[in-house]
Amino acid sequence: MSVKNQQRHSFLEWCRRGEPMIWFNAAAVSISAIAVIGLLFLLAVRGFGHFWPADVMQANYALPGDQPARVIGEVVQTEAVPVEQLRSAGFELDTEELFIDRQLIKQGNRDVNGRDFTWLLSRHLSDISYPENLMVVERHEWGNFYGFLRSVKEAGTVVAGAEQSEAELWAAYESRLERAKALYADIKDIEKNKIGAINYKMEKLRLRERGLELDEGVSAERRAATEAEIASERAELDAAYAELQSQLTELYTKIHRDSITAEVMSGQIVELRMDKIVHTYRPNAMSVIDKMGFYVFKFVEFLTDEPREANTEGGIFPAIFGTVIMVLIMSIIVTPFGVIAAVYLREYAKQGVMTRIIRIAVNNLAGVPSIVYGVFGLGFFIYFLGSEIDQVFYPEALPAPTFGTPGLLWASLTLALLTLPVVIVATEEGLSRIPKALREGSLALGATKAETLWRVVLPMASPAMMTGLILAVARAAGEVAPLMLVGVVKLAPTLPVNGNFPYFHLDQKFMHLGFHIYDVGFQSPNVEAARPLVYATALLLVVIIALLNLSAVALRNRLREKYKALDI
Amino acid sequence: MATDAPQARTHAIRMDSLGRSAGSKTLADEQITLTVDDLSLYYGEKQALYNVEMKIPHKRVTAFIGPSGCGKSTLLRCFNRMNDLVDGCRIEGKIHLDGNNIYDKGVDAAALRRNVGMVFQKPNPFPKSIYENVAYGLRIQGINKKRVLDEVVERSLRGAALWDEVKDRLQDNALGMSGGQQQRLVIARTIAVEPEVLLLDEPASALDPISTLKIEELIYELKSKYTIVIVTHNMQQAARVSDYTAFMYMGKLVEFGDTDTLFTNPSKKQTEDYITGRYG
Repeated sequence: MSVKNQQRHSFLEWCRRGEPMIWFNAAAVSISAIAVIGLLFLLAVRGFGHFWPADVMQANYALPGDQPARVIGEVVQTEAVPVEQLRSAGFELDTEELFIDRQLIKQGNRDVNGRDFTWLLSRHLSDISYPENLMVVERHEWGNFYGFLRSVKEAGTVVAGAEQSEAELWAAYESRLERAKALYADIKDIEKNKIGAINYKMEKLRLRERGLELDEGVSAERRAATEAEIASERAELDAAYAELQSQLTELYTKIHRDSITAEVMSGQIVELRMDKIVHTYRPNAMSVIDKMGFYVFKFVEFLTDEPREANTEGGIFPAIFGTVIMVLIMSIIVTPFGVIAAVYLREYAKQGVMTRIIRIAVNNLAGVPSIVYGVFGLGFFIYFLGSEIDQVFYPEALPAPTFGTPGLLWASLTLALLTLPVVIVATEEGLSRIPKALREGSLALGATKAETLWRVVLPMASPAMMTGLILAVARAAGEVAPLMLVGVVKLAPTLPVNGNFPYFHLDQKFMHLGFHIYDVGFQSPNVEAARPLVYATALLLVVIIALLNLSAVALRNRLREKYKALDI
Repeated sequence: MATDAPQARTHAIRMDSLGRSAGSKTLADEQITLTVDDLSLYYGEKQALYNVEMKIPHKRVTAFIGPSGCGKSTLLRCFNRMNDLVDGCRIEGKIHLDGNNIYDKGVDAAALRRNVGMVFQKPNPFPKSIYENVAYGLRIQGINKKRVLDEVVERSLRGAALWDEVKDRLQDNALGMSGGQQQRLVIARTIAVEPEVLLLDEPASALDPISTLKIEELIYELKSKYTIVIVTHNMQQAARVSDYTAFMYMGKLVEFGDTDTLFTNPSKKQTEDYITGRYG
């Protein structure tokens, strides 16, 4: 009895000391930390496995009563399914087990088989092997190709085939592929950059001509002179274009010279044109070191390349670029705007009912759903402001809109509006924390209020402004919903910053990681293939936001060190 | 007469050797810099100063003493219109600086403050380099020539007896200095704009005794150039450094006269009670 009392007493004592609270707090922190780490870990595992060149399996697959057929492919996933479910789906299974394994095989060859992925029951796979000469071909179209290289052709005639050894055949293939890759790069350069630049200039000329037509105040001889100038420039561009076109034709003939034949899993021989091939590799023949090298190569490609095949292949560089540039422009807009508003509210406005109402309004603005900002951006910035700008500055381009259509500027402005409250609140907070003694010190030296603000108060409040900016960047970089209305697209043909004068194109549409995730994950024709990319892109988005934030934090810490407040 | 007043005198005598012209003149003989004319001040409904009348003599040290909340700092802050910044502060009456009412319409408070410098209770250097702190007032006036700034910074730091301590680290952050150095830096910063009047609001109250002594010595030296008004809690300090002393109580100026007379032979009972430590 007394022991029991003692125990109860000590438990109460333990509670009274506040121990349970400490444990609860610790538990809450641990759960948060585990959740974050777990999230990142999941994204990393699911996403980054994608770039690893997995071994490719060859096996025989025969359902009871069927002829065995050869399957070739990568095992992507294995899962247990209830036998009952399979039976109801029409499989005849003579087993006592309740669950059996099935595997998701990436068989590729969408042009031959009709689909990239297939589910196979593990127990019916036999003769599993990993032949070293099995090759994987990444293509510009139709996804991956899996098969055995049979011959290399040049202008339709076989230059290496069954009579050569495996190594010789492969070497012949690789050397020709290198040539084709170089040619392909040349073609892309001409098509995208050079012809792109000419088209851009042509469009500018057309707009100039149209502008001349619209401008009635031009004298006749002036008009004639300008028209002649336009005509001569156009002739020049046409000539340059014809030249590039002939170069292109030549390159295309060259690149179309070579092809390979390969045997697919059904035994059929398929011909692949060299110009359709991106990379090729034989994963079963690669050592771990080779695979690591290939992994790094694939990862770098993912970071730096443009997307292919409806965004399910290739890289995401335009999306990274678009995200970063949009956040930067937004920061450039929101910081001065927010700071000026906060300075007025805190330093100049007479504190009273009106400022209180404004503060409440600003705080509530932070709670408005972001899609509402998107609608506002579309309605006000694009349809109203943008069309006005077009009427006044770009009448020659009408009816095609220049700024009266979603674009980088409007997206950045919309997000700036969205994050404005955060910057205002943080800056106000910072301003209110500047010691009165410092303001008085400055005023006592004969500085006016504005000079005091500019020279003493604002520098000291700059860390607080950075805090606001950090919060703004964190929110803006992850925002997708409003962007879909005001400027983000699935695939932008050019970057918003490019080689065409004036180099910086605020009116252009752009790609964004957040939207890319949505698009690849849910709007893609090939969901299975795209899923790892969703995870990888998501992790990348997190990393980029973290990097943007960390750089802002580093800047803030430097400012803090520089302007550390006195203890007054 | 109290026991601690003679004690204060012994300090003062030692200090006299530094150049104080003790008791050589009376207020009537002095040239007057600041004239306070029937000054009343209200914070909202509450009145903080009641009809203060006084004359601050030219190139002398005038000390304000009195218990906390008696209005001595408030009065001091009237001289450079620092009270303008306080919400709900209202002032009646006049203060003349060299014959001009500083509360007239059209008087530029910033220009006035260049002429009437102020040093605060706690050192408040800006979070900038030592050099930039001293150059601040000049930069505000649009003086950015390096040669001029260099010269003024050196002269001001020498004037504040700080030059030898900091001449090798002018570009260091001022916040790295000791409290006493910071306060002398603030004085240097103030005299860099060459004011006519220096207002010192308890300049040594946050400092240790040695720093306090240095500040007091500095006040002696500065007296030859500036009219100094100092608010202090410390009666010994007032006795040591000032030529004239004003005793304030409850927002009223109780007694004002030369320091020797006020401490040795106060004419008001309240003054005597205060300096003998019966309250305050």
